[in-house]
Amino acid sequence: MRPFDALFKDAPLATRGEITPKLGFALTVLLAIVWLIPFLWMGVATLRPASDGINTMAELMPSLKPTLDNIRDAWEIGDFPRYTLNTTIICTGILLVQFVTITLAGFAFARLAFAGKTLIFYLFLMQLMLVPVLLIVPNLSLVAQLGLYDTLAGVMMPFFASAFGTFLMRQAFEAIPTELEDAALIDGASLFQRIRHIYVPLSMPSFSAFAIISVTSHWNDFLWPLMVINSPDKRPLTVGLSVFTKTAEGTQAWGTIAAGTLMVIAPLLITFLIFQKRFISSFVTSGIK
Amino acid sequence: MSLAEPAALPVTTSAPPRLHILKRFTTGFKTSLPAYLLLLPSLIFLALFTYGAMGRVLVDALYQRATPKAPVRFVGLDNINAVLADPAFTGAVVNNLIYAVGTAIPSITLALLFALALSRTNAVTSVLRAALFLPVLIPMVAASALFLFIFLPNVGLLDYYIGRLLPVLPNWLGDSDIALYAIMIITIWKNAGYYMLFFLAGLQAVPEDVMEAAHLDGAGPFQRLRYIILPELKPTFLFVTVIATLNAVTQVDHVFVLTQGGPSNATNLVLFYIYQQAVEHYDIGKASAATLLTLAALMGLTALSFRTMANREGGA
Repeated sequence: MRPFDALFKDAPLATRGEITPKLGFALTVLLAIVWLIPFLWMGVATLRPASDGINTMAELMPSLKPTLDNIRDAWEIGDFPRYTLNTTIICTGILLVQFVTITLAGFAFARLAFAGKTLIFYLFLMQLMLVPVLLIVPNLSLVAQLGLYDTLAGVMMPFFASAFGTFLMRQAFEAIPTELEDAALIDGASLFQRIRHIYVPLSMPSFSAFAIISVTSHWNDFLWPLMVINSPDKRPLTVGLSVFTKTAEGTQAWGTIAAGTLMVIAPLLITFLIFQKRFISSFVTSGIK
Repeated sequence: MSLAEPAALPVTTSAPPRLHILKRFTTGFKTSLPAYLLLLPSLIFLALFTYGAMGRVLVDALYQRATPKAPVRFVGLDNINAVLADPAFTGAVVNNLIYAVGTAIPSITLALLFALALSRTNAVTSVLRAALFLPVLIPMVAASALFLFIFLPNVGLLDYYIGRLLPVLPNWLGDSDIALYAIMIITIWKNAGYYMLFFLAGLQAVPEDVMEAAHLDGAGPFQRLRYIILPELKPTFLFVTVIATLNAVTQVDHVFVLTQGGPSNATNLVLFYIYQQAVEHYDIGKASAATLLTLAALMGLTALSFRTMANREGGA
């Protein structure tokens, strides 16, 4: 267990000689490597030329003659630019409306006294319990009645109110000292001015935490857009990828599937690698969403 | 911290309340008005897509159309009885139970192992945490696209490297005895890193000096785990179990992409059954009845979540 000694330097003295924690650590390292294998294969297969043949497709050693053909094929067959645009529109649209709804509702819960506060609080809480994805059937017929079937707006609408975001903002707003608001009140600031110039600027970390959770979860959403969207040119990335995979599977074009998958997840992976700390702390708060 | 402070009612303090109930109510409403206006945008969407949806499920479950174009007629509990008598539904429930237990236990166990091994923060553990967390970020559909090849018979990744050790190559997604377990592997791979985060956060709460005292008293690593760490992590366990169970019901995108519930319904899960009834059979009555039953089953879990959240001091 020598190789790990450096890593256990800061452990309490009495435990440094113990073997079990080191075995656990070794097992974790091994599993972390296993966890990365699908990603490794995706990268290697994307760059592998089709001429290598189907039997080397599973080889994790990179090909000696790397090619970008698979990326080009996926880009052309899959209409990924259009899918990316749709997903971006969906995520941005949801997030912008959510910012408004959660700021207003969060402020009401944090700073205002009103009749029925507890009741309304529990009404919000209910959204956390009734996972929206279970209500796809009634929500689909509502979206159809509103004339929003097969529109991006129809995909976005059920997520415009967010109990999770409201509670996150309530917590952030409660932490802001009331003296600041009192000072603004004396200067004659209206309710909206106080929210806009005091509460919002001081709660940016919570907004960004919420943005990370909201965008990742809607970027990855599949079942709901699959039900709402019918026309191929309105598909988001996830639905597009599933259709693309079905087509490419028929022709055994595994390199192209790997390239398509890579394109779908690359934006999230790159953002994650840059803002790793922030992502992780956001996901910890997201337990209930 | 209380969840909500009682509303201030300034006028009622001097007057006997019973004579002025109406006045008190209107004054209360007037002072509350700004708050109601701020809550209105959220409440409209919640009313449409959460409470309204609940009501529609309830109503839709009681009605039935003979053909997609026929007018609806009231059928009472017929839909619910039909769903309960449908072997595809009961099969999906059984599959979902196996799936829930078979994904929750391994992924939570692995998450705990990862968190214990990576609880100290340094460059190496940060990289390992990131590696284990990567699958959490990617869409289930993308994970499915990768595992489609991993599970591919003969030339796929799994058969290429591990399959040679087996006398007969299994058809991972095509064999009805194996397919559900193959699906479970994807879920475990995708979620263990997520649950790890909660255990990492929970481990911060384990007091360092108690740990120190324990091994001065000669407690080995397993004794410390059993008597100090696990009791301290109890709320985290409860919380993660709730999330894992919810995920087992809601996170079924890989079934859509990889197996379509097959072979012979071996990987059919409840949400996929609901989707099939609604979209493939246009049977809104049965789909709603199945939704209703699932929601009812999750009510028990809801009570549990409330308790979990109370443990987390009402915060989310």
